[in-house]
Amino acid sequence: MNDKEKELLQEVVGEDPTKADSYNIRKNGKSFDRKVNPNIDIVSKEDNSGIDVYVKDDTLFGTVNIPVIITESGLTDVVYNDFHIGKNANIIIVAGCGISNDGHWDARHDGIHRFYLEEGAKVKYVERHCGLGVGEGKKVLNPVTEIYMKKNSYMVMDTTQIKGVDDTIRTTKADLEENTTLVITEKILTSDKQVAKTNFEVNLNGKEASTHVTSRSVATDDSYQEFISNITGNTKCYAHVECDAIIKENGKVKAVPEIYAKNIDANLVHEAAIGKIAGEQLMKLMSLGLSEKKAEEVIINGFLK
Amino acid sequence: MLELQDICFERNDKKILNHINLKLDTKKFYVITGPNGSGKSTLAKIIMGIEKPDSGKIIFNGEDITNKKVDERAKLGMGFAFQQPVTFKGITVYDLLKLSTNKELSKKEACNILSKVGLCAMEYVDREVNKSLSGGELKRIEIATVLARNPYLAIFDEPEAGIDLWSFQNLTEVFKDIQKSSDKTTLVISHQERILNIADEIILMNQGTIQKIGAKEEVFDHIFKSKKCCEEVVACER
Repeated sequence: MNDKEKELLQEVVGEDPTKADSYNIRKNGKSFDRKVNPNIDIVSKEDNSGIDVYVKDDTLFGTVNIPVIITESGLTDVVYNDFHIGKNANIIIVAGCGISNDGHWDARHDGIHRFYLEEGAKVKYVERHCGLGVGEGKKVLNPVTEIYMKKNSYMVMDTTQIKGVDDTIRTTKADLEENTTLVITEKILTSDKQVAKTNFEVNLNGKEASTHVTSRSVATDDSYQEFISNITGNTKCYAHVECDAIIKENGKVKAVPEIYAKNIDANLVHEAAIGKIAGEQLMKLMSLGLSEKKAEEVIINGFLK
Repeated sequence: MLELQDICFERNDKKILNHINLKLDTKKFYVITGPNGSGKSTLAKIIMGIEKPDSGKIIFNGEDITNKKVDERAKLGMGFAFQQPVTFKGITVYDLLKLSTNKELSKKEACNILSKVGLCAMEYVDREVNKSLSGGELKRIEIATVLARNPYLAIFDEPEAGIDLWSFQNLTEVFKDIQKSSDKTTLVISHQERILNIADEIILMNQGTIQKIGAKEEVFDHIFKSKKCCEEVVACER
């Protein structure tokens, strides 16, 4: 792996992925390096279109790191990664894709991640996306996440796309059974002419299922973002969806909330707020001696923290 | 240390500040009081640069700061506690105090500052300055950000507003300490007699003008002699 690739990997996972209990590094459409352990197995799919990750029942505090990097202009990489999380296992999964495109052709990664949580399983899933490179070719990422949660399972999904991705359509679908909780936090920053669309579909099928979806986004320059959420409450359940966006310059944000209660005991809440940075916030930080530019930076960094 | 020369401010054909002339000395504790709509908050905002006067000059430590922006005035040594504190998503109390002091600040130092405003520090230091905090808590954090800066001129716009009586007692003690020990200048807008009692000098405003500046007794005398000057001035707690 050359320095550029290492830098990209660092951007995606924030640390050395090989320090994880188990990992699978994918580079330019192929598995590059892998480590497994007695509790966590990683198996390539037969057509090499992705991996199956098997986490044994009762595995505690395991970590799986599965970064993807693309440095070839013109490459389209489609990968199917399936995670089978055993009963009462407690695990952290770090995934993400970094594209460095210095060429003229578009580079694209479509990661389809499916999570199957058995009863009582707990997962923290962290996903980071970023684009680097100065070529004219676009950096395109279209992650799809499907989550199937059995009784008493719990999942936190933390997704971040901070810079450099030209086009993205992010799709997340989840089916929740009895007494499950799904917490999703999404943070997106777009600039230039980037477009980011996100689509959440959560079906609360089991009693006492609950979900909290928080989207924080900042759209600057001429970028465009779209947030669509579609939460259906089929039984006694709870959902809270919060979409907050800051717009700057000619940035545009569209939020389309849909909550559908199909049961008298479904309690579904949606909040959405879009606007520029509040003048009072700037004024407060400026009264502490920060320049207007610095104050803006502090507000946005905090918002996306 | 601060001089306002002939400050006028008009909005919607209403003279909110009408030819204000005022000098503040170093090491003194001033309280501005007066009826609602008398121009107190506007005057404080004009001193800090949050509002710009239509005419007049502001001199701070010998320098004309009339056209200086808020951050420039802050760097020259002014601090301002807003009447309605602002909330921030993702910024913690500790972050805000670090920004206030503009230096490396240990959690212990941050906690000491919070303790001064009666907040049980460890519970608050890592909390976000967002709407999950009550109005009174936000207000005390707002005051703490100014105390943390220890500016040459600290301005507090109605610090008592939104604070419960229990905390108010605590707050009064904070201001007493400032009055006793500070080598800086403090300007508080207040209607509360307990804060007025601390003042070295009280500035009484009415209808955009300064009616009287002086010690508490002098100013109170003036208020009761000219009944016209709004009754609410010292209505609280009497």
